[in-house]
Amino acid sequence: MLEIKNLHAVVEGEDIEILKGVNLKVNAGEIHAIMGPNGSGKSTLAKVVSGHPEYEATEGQILFNGEDIIELDADERAHMGLFLAFQYPVEVPGITNKTLLREAYNTIARANEREELDPIEFEDYIESKLEVIDMKDEFLERSINTGFSGGEKKKNEIFQMAVLNPVLSFLDETDSGLDIDALKIVSDGVNKISNSENAIVLITHYQRLLNYIKPDHVHVMMDGKIIKSGGIELAEELEANGYDQMQKELVLNGEAQ
Amino acid sequence: MSEEVKALESMIGEEYKYGFTTDVEYEDFPIGINEDIIRELSSRKNEPEWMLEFRLKSYHAWKEMEEPTWFNATYKKPDYENMLYYSAPKKKPQLDSMDDVDPNIRETYEKLGIPLEEQKMLAGVAVDAVFDSVSVFTSFKEKLAEAGVIFCSISEAVQDYPELIKKYMGSVVPARDNYFAALNSAVFSDGSFCYIPKNTKCPMELSTYFRINNMNSGQFERTLIIAEEGSQVSYLEGCTAPMYDENQLHAAVVELIAEKDADIKYSTIQNWYSGDEEGKGGIYNFVTKRGICKGENSKISWTQLETGSAVTLKYPSVILKGDNSIGEFYSVAVTTKKQQADTGTKMIHLGKNTRSTIISKGISAGRSQNSYRGEVKIGKKATGSKNYSVCDSMLIGQECGAHTFPYISSENASSSVEHEATTSRVGEEQIFYLMQRGISEQDAISMIINGFVKEVLKELPLEFAVEANKLLDVKLEGSVG
Repeated sequence: MLEIKNLHAVVEGEDIEILKGVNLKVNAGEIHAIMGPNGSGKSTLAKVVSGHPEYEATEGQILFNGEDIIELDADERAHMGLFLAFQYPVEVPGITNKTLLREAYNTIARANEREELDPIEFEDYIESKLEVIDMKDEFLERSINTGFSGGEKKKNEIFQMAVLNPVLSFLDETDSGLDIDALKIVSDGVNKISNSENAIVLITHYQRLLNYIKPDHVHVMMDGKIIKSGGIELAEELEANGYDQMQKELVLNGEAQ
Repeated sequence: MSEEVKALESMIGEEYKYGFTTDVEYEDFPIGINEDIIRELSSRKNEPEWMLEFRLKSYHAWKEMEEPTWFNATYKKPDYENMLYYSAPKKKPQLDSMDDVDPNIRETYEKLGIPLEEQKMLAGVAVDAVFDSVSVFTSFKEKLAEAGVIFCSISEAVQDYPELIKKYMGSVVPARDNYFAALNSAVFSDGSFCYIPKNTKCPMELSTYFRINNMNSGQFERTLIIAEEGSQVSYLEGCTAPMYDENQLHAAVVELIAEKDADIKYSTIQNWYSGDEEGKGGIYNFVTKRGICKGENSKISWTQLETGSAVTLKYPSVILKGDNSIGEFYSVAVTTKKQQADTGTKMIHLGKNTRSTIISKGISAGRSQNSYRGEVKIGKKATGSKNYSVCDSMLIGQECGAHTFPYISSENASSSVEHEATTSRVGEEQIFYLMQRGISEQDAISMIINGFVKEVLKELPLEFAVEANKLLDVKLEGSVG
């Protein structure tokens, strides 16, 4: 489904490389976790894949269902079924969640020559998704993220994911800033959405999230590269020993520069 | 950002659609301003002596005054000596039927989307069409008369309702109030007059459509709305002008009087020609608008969508004299290219328990300058009064400016004043967020702007909300009630 090959990226207009040759392959039905310390480039990877204009891919390929999407705009990538749950969801005052989601849902449907939903059909559809994150109706009528608590913003991201039903989702530190109850709700939501047709990439700092969402693959990212991949045991190792220890071992084994 | 700026410019700064001129034969009138010209103007309009006196007194007051310069805008001063103060199409303006209106003028209004035939009009809206200096047509007069509502041109009102004019004209905005009000009082040409009798709810929306056509003329209209005890009226004005390289002056005076329990809602959609990319041409929109809540429990609400004009200086105000009266000001001011807008409001609290609300939204793009200037004054006797002000500015691009000048004073301890102000840029993050959800860049910008101004546009009468949205070219979301 997704194949990233030797991806290099810089901040638009600057020389400093943030991604220094990332390789990653994600298949349908899989959940991946990318872990790494602050500044390792894991959030940048999510932004570059979803087409943030602040970054420029200078080398490599991002193949999504076989098509290189590097030249596509963010909305075109979204039409293909790519979703990013933001680390810092953005406030848009005056536009309700429902308005945004109906517009987004129908735009994506149009782009894929699927049938659009009229306001009444959409109302039924969107309400059926509220239970994914255990939210009340009034949530739909509030302006996008405006005045939301940190937890509500994160829940809103997962709710949007449920409504738009993407093929591939990057969840950028969705767990950060959540208390234990909210973390459970959000994780439950993600688990409900996950199925054999879609794929999810969790980007996280802590192993904590992985107690609730079980990844099939875990990758460790440092200094702009994925330096180690494995199963859930990798996350446990990290939790026990920390990133420094892992890096030292890798250097000793000659697996990293 | 440049992509976004372009997208926005093409959206709100799109080519001015109303810039055409109408070929009309005008009455001859001498250029310039002096006593003789004012006498001539007054006699052309067949005015009574007292009206001429009012004009001459105002003229002399104006002669002694100096043109103000305190606002945040720079422009070449109008050449008052070389201006045309009266520009009337040759046909007689006293019209009883549509057939008497010059077909060219009729066509002009058609093109502007304001058909003058009643059957083609928006149901429930009466229109007074002012072309340069004169009112060319007022619709639904009879229907309004049945309810006792008077809606006519101010020139007719001078003839037909002299007592009302004598009593109220200049009572809210005295001739000496300011330089432009004095000039208007001397040379005002036409405008609308509305009178709503006691305990009457005006059965339809009233509106005036102002059009400046003649290149050399200034437009000095005068609007007077009187709402008697317990009455209610909603009034809307719209404005457009052809594209000329020279600046034209529009110096209007609007006076509103709300008696006890009366409610006046005054809305403006201002889309005068704004000049070209380099700031050449465009209208100087120097307008004095003020209402008085005379009686207790009365209410005056100003809503404005200001998108046009090269320079706008305008501060629709409310004097809250009656106890428990309410003043409101809702404004969206959009500036692009090299436009300059210095606009805001004044809320003068005199009565007890008076309340005012100010919601101002400024959007600046291009190389424009957009200033909010507002005064809230709570007098000694206005105990228990409240003001709530919000002024938000949104910047698009790097070359424009937004400024806020609030003046707040309260002379008693039991009143409260709350002022909030924010400035934001249409951010890359906001646009990226919406695009990531599948929405195109253009629609994302539209959405952000629509969300920003929604609070104000929802105050416009329903019949005009669509026009307002079209003007911003922002897609109206289906969920907006």
